[in-house]
Amino acid sequence: MTDSHSGDAFVAFERVQKSYDGETLVVKDLNLSIPKGEFLTMLGPSGSGKTTCLMMLAGFETATHGKILLDGVSINNIPPHKRGIGMVFQNYALFPHMTVAENLSFPLEVRKLGKSDRDAKVKRALDMVQMGAFGGRRPAQLSGGQQQRIALARALVFEPELVLMDEPLGALDKQLREHMQFEITNLAHDLGITTVYVTHDQTEALTMSDRVAVFDDGRIQQIDAPDVLYESPKNSFVAQFIGENNTLHGTIKEIKGELAVVQLEDGELIDCKPVNVSNVGERTLVSIRPERVEFDKSRLKKGTHTVKAEVLEFIYMGDIFRTRLRVAGNDNFVIKSRNAPDQVRLKPGETIEIGWLPEDCRALDAK
Amino acid sequence: MSDATQTGPVLAADGSPLKRSLARTLRRQKLRALLLISPLLVFVLVTFIVPIVSMLFRSVENQIVAHTLPQTVEALQDWNPDAGEPPSEAVFEALYFDMFKAAEAKRHTQVGNRLNYEQPGLSSMFRGTGRDLDDIGEEFEDVFVGIDPAFKTSEFWFELLSGEGGESFLDDRRALYAAMLGESMRGDVGFLPSAEMVSLLPATSAAYTDFAIWTAIEKEDVVAEERPWEAVYAGLGVDLRSPEVVAEIGSYSGPGADILKAAVASRDQLPQASFQEMFAESDEDWLDVEGWRTMSLYSPDYTTGYFLNSVDLQKTIDGVEARPETQQIYIKLFIRTLYMSLIITGACILLGYPVAWILANLPLRTANVLMILVLLPFWTSLLVRTSAWKVLLQQQGVINEILVWLGFVADDGRLVLMNNATGTIIAMTHILLPFMILPLYSVMKTIPPSYLRAAKSLGATNWTAFWRVYFPQSVPGIGAGSILVFILAIGYYITPEIVGGTDGVFISNRIAYHISSSLNWGLAAALGTILLLVVLALYWLYDQIVGIDNVKLGG
Repeated sequence: MTDSHSGDAFVAFERVQKSYDGETLVVKDLNLSIPKGEFLTMLGPSGSGKTTCLMMLAGFETATHGKILLDGVSINNIPPHKRGIGMVFQNYALFPHMTVAENLSFPLEVRKLGKSDRDAKVKRALDMVQMGAFGGRRPAQLSGGQQQRIALARALVFEPELVLMDEPLGALDKQLREHMQFEITNLAHDLGITTVYVTHDQTEALTMSDRVAVFDDGRIQQIDAPDVLYESPKNSFVAQFIGENNTLHGTIKEIKGELAVVQLEDGELIDCKPVNVSNVGERTLVSIRPERVEFDKSRLKKGTHTVKAEVLEFIYMGDIFRTRLRVAGNDNFVIKSRNAPDQVRLKPGETIEIGWLPEDCRALDAK
Repeated sequence: MSDATQTGPVLAADGSPLKRSLARTLRRQKLRALLLISPLLVFVLVTFIVPIVSMLFRSVENQIVAHTLPQTVEALQDWNPDAGEPPSEAVFEALYFDMFKAAEAKRHTQVGNRLNYEQPGLSSMFRGTGRDLDDIGEEFEDVFVGIDPAFKTSEFWFELLSGEGGESFLDDRRALYAAMLGESMRGDVGFLPSAEMVSLLPATSAAYTDFAIWTAIEKEDVVAEERPWEAVYAGLGVDLRSPEVVAEIGSYSGPGADILKAAVASRDQLPQASFQEMFAESDEDWLDVEGWRTMSLYSPDYTTGYFLNSVDLQKTIDGVEARPETQQIYIKLFIRTLYMSLIITGACILLGYPVAWILANLPLRTANVLMILVLLPFWTSLLVRTSAWKVLLQQQGVINEILVWLGFVADDGRLVLMNNATGTIIAMTHILLPFMILPLYSVMKTIPPSYLRAAKSLGATNWTAFWRVYFPQSVPGIGAGSILVFILAIGYYITPEIVGGTDGVFISNRIAYHISSSLNWGLAAALGTILLLVVLALYWLYDQIVGIDNVKLGG
């Protein structure tokens, strides 16, 4: 699962560039290959180029340079309606003047399927999203979640091998969104279809995908499985964009193999794992996940280097405690601890010692 | 809370029924809202409802005949139109006094004009005879003055006819005047008919009372000092023809009894000709039965005549009949108006739809610039635009010159683009186009482009995506635009007038003609009412087929 131009890639972007105005590139040199059956999420802040990529794949935008391959065939010059790609739009785009069943029947009609065939497929698709009883309704008579299901069913009813989803859950409330995330993933895996999913919600990306491509500034910053992405971000953008992250500024003092010594701004020296830093004296951003920081000495490995920290704020969040600390001049250093019976509740003003494993402390570029 | 156990109406906290409590709180708001819209409400009532109601009323109203010639109409009741004879002497006698009174107020020509709509020729008959009425009276006057010079003086007549007990007679005559002139005619007449004279000399008293009312109230002169109308002499002449009157004068001893008796003695000198003969001498058409038939048909206060006329029918003694073919124009005009309005609406859809689509899909900045081009005609005078079309369309006009120059059309075979239906359709399509584009644009603006994308992603070609997904959603705009254009077109008047010639005019042009040229307002009102009903019927039909909820002007 790399970005190499593997022959078995179902969808491939090869050196794709896109510019709208001829002056700036929205997508800069995109290389991506997606194997059959994969659920790939394009994640990134708005303006990062992810939606443009999706639109190029769907055929609504043309690439300024480069090739887009579907099943080994270049689709650059194939109009959208001949690509056979299912698509779920941000606001569902259900046709308001047709009933739910007519909406679903539409792609089958334009493919000139017989009536009985169509009815059977529509029924199957509606049952698949548990909306069998709603065929006669108009989209306006459905709730947001129901419309979402219909949009999904409509994108799948003509059995495409590739489905694109453009922030499909953006308009739903939190609970419904979590439920739908689960349903979409299951459906995609059950049907074995390849899915390209665009979102700016990192939780959604992490929970749903086989792989996540993190976009920024028109480039893929990192493409990896969710756990790899979270635990081993390759640069400081990915580290900060995915999940919560504590950062400490410092300078590389020494690098010995898998270990680097970083001098923090208050002079303290800590051990880190060097990721994309290589030179001594280089500025670096040290990244540590809040849940990997430990303040209970008994839980720390013997000999772990500890740093002094002052408790600024204690926030009770139910399942976890969130404590804000001042560490090496950084007032926004957060640690999370599970709400266990024996867990210590820190008080503001306390001074504590905190520590972490060197491999959880990643020295990244100081961008 | 005892709500569960409570029976009867729900009560508010103070014990009054909740409904009344709610109504009270809402009343203030409703009143305020009503107050806020009241200027508009009054305006709409005054400028919209009242004219329409007045138009509806005018289309059946026919009071002018009965109000101007009340006694004639009453006497005519006994006439049998089928007998083929002109009406009896009583009718002509009544007509003389009615006409004299009307002629003094210059109303007799209006009745003539009204009846002329139904039978050409009656107008000149009324006008001509109106001039002869004085002569008829003078014949009587000369004889009376010859008998006794006192007949010449105003004092004699005033003393002879004034007295007591004639209040109700005065009021009756006053009411007839009021109906004819449409004024109240209230005020002091300075003359009270004598009840004795009213019964002794009915025709004389009636004529003199009319004279008195007219003199005192309209001319604001003193009755006793004015010489009476010639009609008063004629009245006395008529009275003296009756043997009963002659007998009763023998026993009369009031003021002027001697002079009256002298007149009776010499009554053989009075003109002996009947009024029928006198009218016939003035204009022999008065003996024509057709004219009297028309008068009798149009004597009721209300008539269906205008409406029948509007649909090429006419009233005859034998019932409703089709007009002669040469006079049938209105049905043809109505059909042409509807047909051409439909063509114009269709042309506006065909031309306006792509423009609206482009406007709706361009970036806002560009769209606004183009929108100005669409609106520009709106800011130009309608007359100027239509006249510009005249310049373009005429045979020596811009279009023909270019076609000839390009060699598409021979110089002697120039296209006739104006003064026919083609000219009207071209010019009106151009003028009404914005009314199609604007609602279409505002509806298309609300259709997100993602629908088309979705359709294409589902496998639809550009055409299918447009036809199955985009077009149905733009139908409300087409509906709104069509209603606007069609209803405007159906009542259009200036453009057909200028570029329409004879083949391209609409029913509105005919209405305008009757309003301003022929002054047949009743017919114009009837045509207008039919036009209104046709539009309402089409609106209803549209609602049944398309549904008025499907019409969107925007949003």
